[in-house]
Amino acid sequence: MCGIVGLFLKDPKLEPKLGAMLTDMLITMTDRGPDSAGIAIYGAGDGKRAKITVQSADPDADFRSLDADLKEAIGKPVLMLVKSTHAVLEVPVDQMEAARTALAHLRPQVKVMSAGENIEIFKEVGLPKDVAARFEVSKMGGTHGIGHTRMATESAVTTMGAHPFSTGADQCLVHNGSLSNHNGVRRTLKKAGMTFETENDTEVAAAFISHKLKEGAQLGEAMEATLTDLDGFFTFVVGTKNGFGVVRDPIACKPAVMAETDQYVAFGSEYRALVNLPGIEEARVWEPEPATVYFWER
Amino acid sequence: MQTFDLGAEGLRALNSALHALKGQTNMTSWEVVNPKGAHAIAAGVDAPVDITVRGSTGYYCAGMNKQATIRVKGSAGPGVAENMMSGTVIIDGDASQYAGATGRGGLLVIKGNAASRCGISMKGIDIVVHGNIGHMSCFMAQSGHMVVLGDAGDALGDSLYEAKLFVRGSVKSLGADCIEKEMRPEHYEALEDLLRRGEADGKARPEEFRRYGSARKLYTFNIDNASSY
Repeated sequence: MCGIVGLFLKDPKLEPKLGAMLTDMLITMTDRGPDSAGIAIYGAGDGKRAKITVQSADPDADFRSLDADLKEAIGKPVLMLVKSTHAVLEVPVDQMEAARTALAHLRPQVKVMSAGENIEIFKEVGLPKDVAARFEVSKMGGTHGIGHTRMATESAVTTMGAHPFSTGADQCLVHNGSLSNHNGVRRTLKKAGMTFETENDTEVAAAFISHKLKEGAQLGEAMEATLTDLDGFFTFVVGTKNGFGVVRDPIACKPAVMAETDQYVAFGSEYRALVNLPGIEEARVWEPEPATVYFWER
Repeated sequence: MQTFDLGAEGLRALNSALHALKGQTNMTSWEVVNPKGAHAIAAGVDAPVDITVRGSTGYYCAGMNKQATIRVKGSAGPGVAENMMSGTVIIDGDASQYAGATGRGGLLVIKGNAASRCGISMKGIDIVVHGNIGHMSCFMAQSGHMVVLGDAGDALGDSLYEAKLFVRGSVKSLGADCIEKEMRPEHYEALEDLLRRGEADGKARPEEFRRYGSARKLYTFNIDNASSY
C-alpha cells in the first residue's frame, strides 16, 4: 500500500495555498503509508534561476558555508535556504549543471533530491505530518504538486527510498504498487546513460519516463510507453515543469480517484484525500480508467 | 430518525450503535452525515433498519450487510457491500472496484458506473448497475444475477460458474468459458423483477438485454481441458 496525492491548479488565486492544501491531503493518507513521506512542489520560476534541492544526513556540517563554497566554485551568486535536512540552492539557470558537478566534489555525501527551474522535493522517513511540518510545506505556494506516503515493499525505508523520485530536470514521479521487471529495465536505461541512486523499482519508472522525454517524447507518449514496457502493479502520478499526469496499469488494482473543477485537478489514492478541497461537492469526481493516460499541461 | 455525525462521533461509535440493533427495534431509520470517504461505514449491520449515508464512502461500506437497507447519497469506494448476506444497498453515484464481491444474498444497486471486478466471486447476490461495469467483472461468479444497463469491460464472467449475467450494452470481451446464451421466458421474467427492484424499470426493458452464462466446460475438471486450467 501507499498513498498518493496531487494537485494541479488552474486558478492562480489558489497558488499561495498549494502547500497547505497538499499537506492536508497528504496527512489524510497517513494510514496508507506511515514509513516515509515526500512532496514535490512546483513554484513559479522566472526563467533565470534554477533550484537544486539537496539532502544531508548531517546538515549542520554539510550546509555550513555551502553557498559560499558553491559561489566560489561556479563564480556566480548562490542563494541557500536551509530547511531541516534539506537545503534549496538557487543558482543562475545556465549554471545548474556546473553547480551540480561542483556540488558532487564539494559535498560528495550530499544527495540531490531535485533540480530545475520550478521543482523542489522534500522527503524524509517518518509520519507524513512530521515530514510536512519539518519542511514547512504548508507555507509553500506553487502551481502544482505531488505528495506520497510510503508503505515500503520493494526496498528499505530510507530517505532515498522515499518518493517522489526525480530523474530529470523539473521531473518527478510517485508510485503506488510494485514493478517486477525493474532490474532489467534499469540495466537497459543504464546502458542508455541514465544514472540511479537506489535499487528502488519506482526510481526505474521515473528514469524510464525521463529517458523517453530526453529522446523527444511528449509527456503523454512517455507515460503511454510505461504500459508496454513496465511490468507490475502501478498507479503513477508524474510531474513536469508545466504538467501533471496520471496512468494506471491495465489490472488497476491500486486505487485512484480524481476530481476536477474550474479551479483545479486533484488526485487522491482515496476520496478521503479530496474531501476538504474547495468546491469538492460540485466537482467532477471519477476513477481514472485502467491503461489510460491522463495529463494536464499549462 | 437517528442522525449520526460521523465527523464528530467517529466510525466506531456508529458501527457499535448499529451492531447493537438486534431483531426488532424502534430505531428503524438512520442518517449518517459527514462520511467524508471513511472506511467500513455501516459494515456488519444485522437488523431490518434503513440507513442513509449523506455523501461518499471509502472502503467496504455496508460490508457483510444482513437485513438492512443502506443507501449512499454519493459514490462508494472499493468493496462496497462485500460479502452481503441479505438486505439492500443502493449507491446513488459510482462504485469503485470489487463492488458486491463474494455477496451471498440481497440486492446491490449502483445508479452510476461500477469499476473493475464488480461481483467477483458472487455467491447469490443480485447486482443491478445502471451504468457500465469494468474489466474482470463476475470473475468466478457462482450464483445470483448481474444486470448491467450499460456496457461491460474486458473478460466478463471469466471462469464463471452458475451466476446469470444480463448486459444491455456492449461487452468488450468475454472471459474464459463465458458465452452468450438464449433469453428464455423465465429470464425475461427474472429480469423484469430485477429491473423493478433495482429502480431501473423506467430506464430499460428486459427484451433489450442479452444473457451470458457459463459454458460449463471449465469448472468441473475435465482432462481434455487441461490446457485451459
